[in-house]
Amino acid sequence: MKIIKYKFLAITLVCLVSIVGILSCENDEKQTVTTKFNLVFQDEFEVNGAPDATKWTFDIGRGPLNDGWGNSELQFYKSENTVVQNGYLVITAKPEAFGGVNYTSSRLKSRNKFEQKYGRFEARIKLPQGKGMFPAFWLLGQNFCEAQTIINNNVICDSSLPNYKAGNVLWPQCGEIDIMEYLGNKPTEVFGTIHGPGFFGGNSISKKYNLLNDRFDTDFHIFGIEWTENYINWYVDNVLYSQITRQDVEKKGGQWVFDNSFYMLLNLAVGGGLPGSPNTNTTFPQRMIVDYVRVYQ
Amino acid sequence: MKNIKFNIFQKSVLFGLIILVGFSCERELSADAVDATYPKTAAIFIDDVIGMGTNFYFPYSGSKATAWTVDRTQGYNSNASMRFDVPNANDTDGNYAGAIFRTEGAGRDLSGYDALTFYIKANRGVSIDEFGFGEDFLGNKFMATITNVSVGTNWTKVIIPIPDASKLVKERGMLRYAAGTQATGGSGYVFWIDDLKFEKLGTIRLLSPQILNGNNTTITGFTGSTQVISQLGVLYNLGSGQNISQTVTPSYFNFISSNENVATVNKDGLVSVVGQSGTAVITAKLGNVLAQGSLTINAVGAFPHASIPTRNPATVISLFSNAYNNLPVRHYNGFFSGSNTQGGAGNNPNNVDIQAPFSNGSIDNIIHYTQLDFVSIGMYDTVSRVNISGMTHFHVDINIREVVNPGNFIKLELHSSQPSGPTTSSGSFTLNTATLNNVDANGWISVNIPLSSFPGFSDLNNLGQVFFVSGTPGGISSIWVDNVYFYAQ
Repeated sequence: MKIIKYKFLAITLVCLVSIVGILSCENDEKQTVTTKFNLVFQDEFEVNGAPDATKWTFDIGRGPLNDGWGNSELQFYKSENTVVQNGYLVITAKPEAFGGVNYTSSRLKSRNKFEQKYGRFEARIKLPQGKGMFPAFWLLGQNFCEAQTIINNNVICDSSLPNYKAGNVLWPQCGEIDIMEYLGNKPTEVFGTIHGPGFFGGNSISKKYNLLNDRFDTDFHIFGIEWTENYINWYVDNVLYSQITRQDVEKKGGQWVFDNSFYMLLNLAVGGGLPGSPNTNTTFPQRMIVDYVRVYQ
Repeated sequence: MKNIKFNIFQKSVLFGLIILVGFSCERELSADAVDATYPKTAAIFIDDVIGMGTNFYFPYSGSKATAWTVDRTQGYNSNASMRFDVPNANDTDGNYAGAIFRTEGAGRDLSGYDALTFYIKANRGVSIDEFGFGEDFLGNKFMATITNVSVGTNWTKVIIPIPDASKLVKERGMLRYAAGTQATGGSGYVFWIDDLKFEKLGTIRLLSPQILNGNNTTITGFTGSTQVISQLGVLYNLGSGQNISQTVTPSYFNFISSNENVATVNKDGLVSVVGQSGTAVITAKLGNVLAQGSLTINAVGAFPHASIPTRNPATVISLFSNAYNNLPVRHYNGFFSGSNTQGGAGNNPNNVDIQAPFSNGSIDNIIHYTQLDFVSIGMYDTVSRVNISGMTHFHVDINIREVVNPGNFIKLELHSSQPSGPTTSSGSFTLNTATLNNVDANGWISVNIPLSSFPGFSDLNNLGQVFFVSGTPGGISSIWVDNVYFYAQ
């Protein structure tokens, strides 16, 4: 009951925030945070057990090239580290020697289940804490090639592999929209980023958001984007903190690859180049707890 | 009890207010009818002292009383700050700086804040011993302290989290500090503090409260004996991502006994064994968070006391016995470098390891040495050396808390000392395996050794230390010690 009530409250709040946003366009101090309200996908995680198989599948292992997902991450992704419980999706990262590494965790994706071009993607999440924790809520282009092979030191999209799909392309050509990334040793900061041809990795287009008088690991916060053919807006709770436009990308010499359907991912990585490894202050298990995922058009 | 009373008081006041409003149309509402509240003033020093009254600086005894001044030439984004001149270690006016800042009046309501914060810089890089709050010299109920604070030569912000602000509704202890020169090789230094205030940061995460340093400890509990739950701390994660640990006083915790028929625990963390048998687990909560660490007590009935000494007090010089007046000692364990022996901390014979009541209710104090290798009872330095030239024998009762194996022994040593401690002569007597096995019904070895059996110990006018030595190769690591005295026969 409590949870349902709480969610109702949250929904009401979001609606209120949205209404306030709409009504207060004339006031320069108020932002229009969101404009899209036609709900087309939602998972409220109300059924205990495994995540809804009609909406999510798992990425298992250490990536197509078994290299820690291109980031030297320290975890092996298993489905066992995710459970839906009491209205939440819980992804647990823990020390466990498996598949040649010392941690296990999970990565879920809506590939082939739910993919969409443009719209509003939003999730309400409580994040983990501690050096080395690297959770994300993000999108990848549906044409991302998972059938990868290395030939002569080059990664190719390998048509001889069973998971090859015609028209698939490698990253970053497929495009990536990071709605929320976070490092467990910076508990007040998240960042929103896009990657594509000409702007990826260390050269991606990104902006940080610092929460005032609060932190991301002690309570739930809402992370979302609104994505149109001309821009992507990032928001946290009721604060719009970043906009990256088609023009911004093209000015940088990049290619706007965001006119395609994308799918969602939720994962909790451990270690790798960006977060660095867990240290002696990092306690386990650590959890990424998702209250809901909703998509609007 | 206190809380319930208070709630009733609040309700009564509210009820009273309503009645007054309803019936006293002709009169003004009395100011006395409103509930007592305390100022929520956050600032202590922002370019000047704020809301502290006139008499608020109370130096620790032994510290340099003039260490603190207001510097009107520099500050954090201002021209004023508090300046602390930490004296050299050889300063005869006090060899460290330390004090509390206690606000005058009834105290402040800090329940809306989550940290004490300030900006600090020093004239050199230095690690400063202690900063905290909650010390008022009137019970020091809600002390919280961070230690070894790294301070550089540029202004940086220090954050001291409040463990449970709901407890601080009338707090007078605004700041406490202690700054010595151990980290600087005895050289004094200067540090400045500005923008000292309580804040609601919202970015502090309580990671784990701890009792007993986070350890789960099991002890044998003798009926009527008591033990204090010590080593209380809290670990936080700050908004910067850094962890910070804090030592705190028991009043922040609520202590819980799993079985009050076996052991009870009071609000100060004092555990009393009340049962003859059974097990109780003592835990603690800080707010709603269960602390790491616990004390498991296995009650085993009455304490097996050593025989009560019967010698005429006029013929006895006692160092540790409830039967006699004890001479002051410097320590019951000097914690000397190279020794691992635990137990016997301090110099108060009524506050050592075990306090077990006799059947008449009076307390028997017992030293419990563990990890024994070598340890002394010391009479030098801060106390007078002991003249035992009129005595003929040394007495001690020892209860070995482990299996005695063939070849085990305990060596007793008497040392005469210079006033500052160094040994001038010494002699030893070994309790061999046979002696260690010669115990009474309660397991005590009771020995009376002629002083002439400590060959080499020649200056009986200046006894400075009594040593207990075993461990390697003696083989004994855990002993109770009681009734340490000299007598004339």
